[in-house]
Amino acid sequence: MHVFVNQFWCLEVRALMSGELIIQAVISGLLMGLIYALVAVGLSLIFGLMEIVNFAHGEFLMLAMFTTFWFWALASLDPLLSLPLVAIILALAGILVHFGIIRRLLKAPMLAQVCGTFGLGVALRAGAQFLWTPDFRTITNPLIAGRVQIGPIFIGQPQLITGGICLLSFVALWWFVTRTETGLGLQATAQDRQAAAVMGIPTERMSALGWAIGLGCVGIAGSMLSTFYYIFPEVGVNFALLAFVAVALGGFGSILGSLVAGVLIGLVESLGGLLLDPSYKTLIVFGLYLAVVIVRPHGLFGRF
Amino acid sequence: MATAAPVGRGARCGGNRVVARLSIYLQGIVFPSPDDSHFAVCAHGPIVERGSGTVRPDQPRPSNFFGIGAYSSTVLFTKYAITPWAGLLVGMLLSALAAVAIGVPTLRLRGHYFAIATLLIGSSVQIVFQRWDWVGAASGLYVPIDRTSPLFYLQFHTSKVPYYYLALGAAAAGYLVVWKLRRSRFGFRLQALRDEPDAAASLGIAIARHKVLAFMISGAMMSVAGTFYGQYVLVLDPERLFSMEISIIVLLMTVLGGSGTLWGPALGAAILVPLSEFSRIWFGGTGRTIDLILYGILILLVCMWRPSGILSLLEERIRRRTGTHEPAP
Repeated sequence: MHVFVNQFWCLEVRALMSGELIIQAVISGLLMGLIYALVAVGLSLIFGLMEIVNFAHGEFLMLAMFTTFWFWALASLDPLLSLPLVAIILALAGILVHFGIIRRLLKAPMLAQVCGTFGLGVALRAGAQFLWTPDFRTITNPLIAGRVQIGPIFIGQPQLITGGICLLSFVALWWFVTRTETGLGLQATAQDRQAAAVMGIPTERMSALGWAIGLGCVGIAGSMLSTFYYIFPEVGVNFALLAFVAVALGGFGSILGSLVAGVLIGLVESLGGLLLDPSYKTLIVFGLYLAVVIVRPHGLFGRF
Repeated sequence: MATAAPVGRGARCGGNRVVARLSIYLQGIVFPSPDDSHFAVCAHGPIVERGSGTVRPDQPRPSNFFGIGAYSSTVLFTKYAITPWAGLLVGMLLSALAAVAIGVPTLRLRGHYFAIATLLIGSSVQIVFQRWDWVGAASGLYVPIDRTSPLFYLQFHTSKVPYYYLALGAAAAGYLVVWKLRRSRFGFRLQALRDEPDAAASLGIAIARHKVLAFMISGAMMSVAGTFYGQYVLVLDPERLFSMEISIIVLLMTVLGGSGTLWGPALGAAILVPLSEFSRIWFGGTGRTIDLILYGILILLVCMWRPSGILSLLEERIRRRTGTHEPAP
């Protein structure tokens, strides 16, 4: 009888808690989803411009996090301050990768393209492990720390500011792509490369710009992520996996698609982890991907 | 795969035997040597056959079937004392069934959508095996040691040489199957499907059915490799068995040698296995990841400069010398 009562008491407590817990999970899922979206939008932009999937994307996120870490460890520069520096460094790396590797790789068949960027990722990850060991590192005492309390809900301040910066970056990207002449050139190149070239748009430079913006976004995401996440050579793998799903789910080449899909994945992951079991998060996300792709083979907003 | 050879091995190998070993490795695939130092080749020998089985080489996570093969034989052996030889067949059957289950929903996806689906399935299968208590969950399974009947229990403790012959036999059998397949009507249909899917469909080839069949064959072959690998290392670790690394190595062998060719994967393996072993011997315990750095750079360079594989380079040279323009078979 005692056990019986105890069980009921537990159920009641759970029912009482679950409302708040679910709101909590929704908010943290939203904030995490914004990071996935920002990582994904770079991938999506690059794919839209030259139909290549950058399988080393997660490794660039890892490099951005390590760059932030070393700025903090060696020059005691706070992640919030080194953010523009990291974004610029990553953008330059993107231009370098485009002219050094991608231009050549574009002539190869698809399997070789997949393997090529995959190989780059493996080399970067192993290189990071060789240089900085597989240890987990954290940035302690960043400018933004602690948490915010709204009623019964707690939100980590780093997560909140990260979400805000990700959203700001999206607005800026949206403005750039749709309102400026260069952005329109970018869109034209993505739509029809040859026609854009005929109209006098420097398509080669647009592709390089796409890489710069794509990796710049990764730089911002990585820099902010390092304020509350562990930094280690394998960190990019999981983020990249979810970013791939976000890109495919939203449809390759669609900026809005990656935003919606990234947030959706963050929500599904966080709610699924709460309601079912945290270790099945990937399975749930995969189920979502498969369900969407079977109904809509080109993702939610895809053109390709 | 970087951990396929026991850790202490690098220390045992003196530098003065390196040259001798190179020749052993290079002939290891065709000519066995009684020196037991070549056993790394045995471990990777079976992997070769899967590479050659790639009628559709664009799936980034073939390690699913590798793991299924290893688990089938080991679970049957540890729980019901059934010989791994039967487990081998069960593994092939299960892998073929898994290939249907994975293939039917995903093979209709195109290009990158398919690649990402297989990537995710790989992670999902790994998660399932890591959580499944009946098969040892995350800590995996050990193959019980048995010295009474090596051939029946498929484990050899006095010498590693028998593993080599097993691997060689499996690779040869795999090559025979693929060779036969390529010359059959089914094989021609698959090649048509690969080169011109739309034209093939218009000629009445059932695309979906053929793709799933090819996927089943490739899965069953990979499963054989998994069973032998499990019997060789005697410990099943889901983290390693379903790892991205095994998939990368297999893909790399295929791309390096030449995907879609018969001998490309064997050539790729003959280059990669010695490369990995030497980097491990030379750099010892200092940096375990140096072989992966080399792998990554190598795969990138090959994809940039020779996307059709090294085999095409040789073919081109032969063609230029003999003056013929027919593509080599």
